[in-house]
Amino acid sequence: MVLSKIASQSDVSVHSTFASRYVRESLPRYKMPENSIPKEAAFQIINDELMLDGKPRLNLASFVTTWMEPECDKLIMDSINKNYVDMDEYPVTTELQNRCVNIIAHLFNAPLGESEAAVGVGTVGSSEAIMLAGLAFKRKWQNKRKAEGKPHDKPNIVTGANVQVCWEKFARYFEVELKEVKLSEDYYVMDPVKAVEMVDENTICVAAILGSTLNGEFEDVKLLNDLLVEKNKITGWDTPIHVDAASGGFIAPFLWPELEWDFRLPLVKSINVSGHKYGLVYAGVGWVIWRSKEDLPEELIFHINYLGTDQPTFTLNFSKGSSQIIAQYYQLIRLGYEGYRNVMENCHENAMMLKEGLEKTGRFKIVSKDIGVPVVAFSLKNKSWGHDEFEIAETLRRFGWIVPAYTMPADAKHITVLRVVIREDFSRTLAERLVHDITRVLHELDSLPAKLSSAKISVKQEENGKINGTVEGKNGTTVVVKKTATETQREITIYWKNFVTAKKSSRNKIC
Amino acid sequence: MALSKTALDTDVSVHSTFASRYVRASLPRFRMPENSIPKEAAYQIINDELMLDGNPRLNLASFVTTWMEPECDKLIMASVNKNYVDMDEYPVTTELQNRCVNMIAHLFNAPLGESETAVGVGTVGSSEAIMLAGLAFKRKWQNRRKAEGKPSDQPNIVTGANVQVCWEKFARYFEVELKEVKLREGYYVMDPEKAVEMMSKLLNDLLTEKNRETGWDTPIHVDAASGGFIAPFLYPDLEWDFRLPLVKSINVSGHKYGLVYAGIGWVIWRSKEDLPEELIFHINYLGADQPTFTLNFSKGSSQVIAQYYQLIRLGYEGYKNVMENCRDNMLVLKEGLELTGRFDIISKDSGVPLVAFSLKNNSTHNEFEVSDMLRRFGWIVPAYTMPPDAQHITVLRVVIREDFSRTLAERLVNDIQKVMHELENLPCKVCARILISGDGDKEQHGAVVVKKTALETQREITTIWRKFVMEKKKMNGVC
Repeated sequence: MVLSKIASQSDVSVHSTFASRYVRESLPRYKMPENSIPKEAAFQIINDELMLDGKPRLNLASFVTTWMEPECDKLIMDSINKNYVDMDEYPVTTELQNRCVNIIAHLFNAPLGESEAAVGVGTVGSSEAIMLAGLAFKRKWQNKRKAEGKPHDKPNIVTGANVQVCWEKFARYFEVELKEVKLSEDYYVMDPVKAVEMVDENTICVAAILGSTLNGEFEDVKLLNDLLVEKNKITGWDTPIHVDAASGGFIAPFLWPELEWDFRLPLVKSINVSGHKYGLVYAGVGWVIWRSKEDLPEELIFHINYLGTDQPTFTLNFSKGSSQIIAQYYQLIRLGYEGYRNVMENCHENAMMLKEGLEKTGRFKIVSKDIGVPVVAFSLKNKSWGHDEFEIAETLRRFGWIVPAYTMPADAKHITVLRVVIREDFSRTLAERLVHDITRVLHELDSLPAKLSSAKISVKQEENGKINGTVEGKNGTTVVVKKTATETQREITIYWKNFVTAKKSSRNKIC
Repeated sequence: MALSKTALDTDVSVHSTFASRYVRASLPRFRMPENSIPKEAAYQIINDELMLDGNPRLNLASFVTTWMEPECDKLIMASVNKNYVDMDEYPVTTELQNRCVNMIAHLFNAPLGESETAVGVGTVGSSEAIMLAGLAFKRKWQNRRKAEGKPSDQPNIVTGANVQVCWEKFARYFEVELKEVKLREGYYVMDPEKAVEMMSKLLNDLLTEKNRETGWDTPIHVDAASGGFIAPFLYPDLEWDFRLPLVKSINVSGHKYGLVYAGIGWVIWRSKEDLPEELIFHINYLGADQPTFTLNFSKGSSQVIAQYYQLIRLGYEGYKNVMENCRDNMLVLKEGLELTGRFDIISKDSGVPLVAFSLKNNSTHNEFEVSDMLRRFGWIVPAYTMPPDAQHITVLRVVIREDFSRTLAERLVNDIQKVMHELENLPCKVCARILISGDGDKEQHGAVVVKKTALETQREITTIWRKFVMEKKKMNGVC
């Protein structure tokens, strides 16, 4: 006899995710929960929280690729469980990396014979690539000094003050002194003349940037090379050059192939490029190429017995995913010269279009150059408008755009710029929409009073309950205002009331 | 009037991929091709070449995770275009990383107050984690020595000889001397991964004594790359983590028993004091201040999100279940191998779930041959010799990961038996090998050195292979 069962509590798997108890509970944030939860609940909870992140494709702050073709996404997902370092288990993936290294080396005109293999490696990004290149220079220099019987405990590296933070990291972590050539107003890259002046016997290399982060400009590597050749002739120090082509390495060869910046210049011994910038791959891949075997000291290369076979390795990271390497190879063969050139030309066109749109508003001064990485860096013409670039950036966020504002490094710290990076997936339509939204933002800010908060206010509480505030006006004048707590509160309330009223009147009546 | 058009050449997009010319042309391997090719062709070409890679899930050599739930795959794909370092743009992702750091810190019993945040960071793997931890120690030690007015130019680090290569890398790249404690036969632990947690308490006690005498205050770092996500669940009473006062930092691989795909590690410091402030960069990145202490900068966000998924999806209960399953399957495999009567099991039952075994009798065939033949079945089981001081031992090693089910364990035993059977029918390959190596005075396992001419050697090899093929043909009737 079959007894029918009546379930007194419905099976939890019957409930849809949002009907289950899992979305009612607060997940522990700092300790692991005791129990497991269903995978659907875990997925939903995380997915929903992540909705509040910015949208990668509207993140105009970053050079890093945010879109790839679905076919490539498929390859990425298929190889997500391949540990790249298992070279013996995944020989094809390893070979794809080698092909990429060779392709990029040839792109940079490395002086290789017909069947000579290039010297280079795939990394997680330009940070790792730069550290490896720097390590190679440091070790070579130390060996040379030891052979000469000279002190080798104070290596230094000469760069511009516009370098990306990873050079400072390299300097600090690997105990190399960083000698920075200061910028000046309207000259936002490293001056080759000043750089060569700073070179001394302890300099392990001079680092030039092809595609400055701040305004996309290319540094004059050829001039640097020529000046340094002269100096080397006099001093006999043999100081080499490294080119940080993180952004520019995948642009210059396609848009300006006659520009000499790479291995065509004899003093350039290594170059790094980010695959995940204009290499058009998602975040997580960079490349460093050395001119020849002599430029990479053998003692830095590890030969390990990994899982049974000998494997030479020179990277900081070990285990990592294979997806980005495969994606880079996909892009190189899918696009070819023709494709990369088309993409870069499109980016350049759209950058020009954005630049013109901004110039037409009449409010902005364009700080970026036409030749370089496709970015548009701009700052306000009228400094006493009452609002600054940071406010524009904040207000643009409401529309969904992420456009960063930042101050230049020393010695141009008083300059603030907004910067828009034109990536592959920033179409003309989006560029037009951005100009439109920026115009709207300008109008909105026009109707607002000059904010107290944009000037510098410091508030101190005195013992008798009075609050002293100092307001620094736009022209550096300082007014000390003594107020009570209540007065300050009242002032803030009035300010906000005005703000809200202004907003309501400029928008539609429906709330 | 509409004119109809006759296409003289069929539009290339009409052709299916394998009908198009793209699969006929040889792709340049060392130079970029001049022209673009259609995306379907690019996909197909690469996909097809990659078929010749090993199957990740049958790669029994590696600890690194090779399977995750489809829901997690979905989260991974959705965040593949998020650059993790854009903390200002992706605040939720940044917060997920912080939550992971705190959860793992608590898992390791970091002495944190109720609302105190943990000190730690997500990295690309244990290599980066170890370098960061090592850097922190080096800088702290240098600062102390400078304050004492003593020389600070010859730092060293003491480890076992069986450490993973990233310690050697750290030593070489950051100019720290590596002082390795050699292994001793009979005392060595077969696998570096296993040793760590067992050793910690003993080490802590001994070092406390020495510190008392010398006043040097030498700290301990625990490389818990594999064990960090096992010990808390299988051996919660084992004291190896921050419960020991001298342990100042711990690294663990999220992509091993943290159960996430390759590309994520974690390093946790005991407290703020153990991470010198001068190593932390405060950068004006895209407009906001961000403290950062990593070697890598831009990288994908997917693995961090996947790690958080696993931590909340599984919880203590889930991780414990997975580790217990791994341990049980390890025992199944171990017993299966013992039952064949051919193998000595070298690994211990406790610790990281793996089985290391060697042939009882390796005079006629050795472990490398077993490994090679297993590849034919699709299995990747590595054979390797032990590090210095125990170099005459060769082992085969199988790592039991989450996705190595009992069914697979039974099938593996079965295939190993087939391999042993096949090898038995083959003549001794060792003799042929001695001659080929040309090293006249080598004596292996009592075999007699016989000098042969090249022709004789060739003939012998051909005979072996013919026999081999005949054996195979006998097995199935159809060729």
